[in-house]
Amino acid sequence: MGSKILKFTLNGEPIEIAVSPDEMLIDVLRDRLELTGTKKGCGKGECGACTVIINGEAVNSCLVPAMKASCAVVETIEGVGGPDKFHPVQETFMDMGAIQCGFCTPGMIMSAKALLDKNTNPTDKEIKKAISGNICRCTGYVKIEEAVRAAAEKMREDQ
Amino acid sequence: MLQDYLFPVTVNEAVSFLQDHKGQARIIAGGTDLMLDIPEGKIETNYLVDISRIPELREITMEDDLIYIGAAVTHNQVAGSELIQQNAAALAQAAGYVGSYQIRNAGTVVGNVCNAQPAADAAVALVALGATAEINTPDGREYIPVEKMYAGVGKSTIDSTSQLVSRISLPAAQGNQGTAFVRLQQRNALALPMLNVAVMVTLEGAHFKWARICMAPVGPGPMRALGAEEVLKDAKITRDVIEKAALAALEHANPRNSALRGSKEYRTSVLPVLVRRALEQAVADAGGSSN
Repeated sequence: MGSKILKFTLNGEPIEIAVSPDEMLIDVLRDRLELTGTKKGCGKGECGACTVIINGEAVNSCLVPAMKASCAVVETIEGVGGPDKFHPVQETFMDMGAIQCGFCTPGMIMSAKALLDKNTNPTDKEIKKAISGNICRCTGYVKIEEAVRAAAEKMREDQ
Repeated sequence: MLQDYLFPVTVNEAVSFLQDHKGQARIIAGGTDLMLDIPEGKIETNYLVDISRIPELREITMEDDLIYIGAAVTHNQVAGSELIQQNAAALAQAAGYVGSYQIRNAGTVVGNVCNAQPAADAAVALVALGATAEINTPDGREYIPVEKMYAGVGKSTIDSTSQLVSRISLPAAQGNQGTAFVRLQQRNALALPMLNVAVMVTLEGAHFKWARICMAPVGPGPMRALGAEEVLKDAKITRDVIEKAALAALEHANPRNSALRGSKEYRTSVLPVLVRRALEQAVADAGGSSN
């Protein structure tokens, strides 16, 4: 099996890594680059736990061949924020109890961020649609929707 | 075993690569179905030819009342396109139901057709809207109605190891035309259609001129309700005629018992209701009244 040099921008940094043409993006992120914040749930594009943002759009990294990241801008949960400086949507998720077991949270946050990057004044319908591809078996979604709404408000205040 | 992954920059480059590798290379667009089929062993290929970066395939355009959707255009791009919303509303709605939000950001409308699943929402709308595919083969270009692209359940007439569907065209709805898409599903997101119905009507005053009705999954591919269409041809627009057409739709429907989609009995009972609703919506969309 041949290997390809894959170049892309990951969380703001240029990355160059040899991948095999059948490797999926999620496996490159988790197993090769050790960015295990992105979760592998179903591996079939049905749960949304593996959501990352590619060129501004939320996608399931378990369905994306790694080669599709070539020359693209990829964001994972690790690039969104951390203890030094959390993203507003991470803060509101924590403050408002939008996290229970936490497995869906990185994907949920990436879907929410993809929305908020484009629109800091989303309607409830737009929020629901943005996270409709992310399954959460704990929260019942209401607190997640509230947290995204609150994050939007925070981001509007900061603008 | 996959040996290489390529990004051609033109349609010709993609097709000649397929030709040079005689069945060993295959087109990939969004890959949301293909990348599940390859690891499961349903499809074997040595080379993936990714068409998502061919500039001309990334466009939605309109010329002389024909809408063109390139093979790299995603479901969300179609669902969010004002041009599609205004000129082919049923297609915008249908594209907005496929898979999940993330899948709609990757999967393409042309791929939805080429993957040939019987209830593919976008394909069902495209059949009702009278769409045609532009197919690039080693021998040149061919044009085939989307309706004729089904060779069986999950089986397309398109051979993605030698042919590339570059775009799909469909006529923009005119002032006296209306479209609608109706879907029965277990929940509002991430749900397969239990039934879906797409309709296009052309009105002339208080009469139907013609209607095209497509329904699924009630057969091996999107099925035309030809009996219902016959009922509506040149008929006065009334509740009775719409009801009669809705019942006639059953003539071309053979829903199976399905754990995912519901029983045959249930779906047979519900289908006429969906056809009636779709017709009523399409009539309203065309500026007519069915009261």
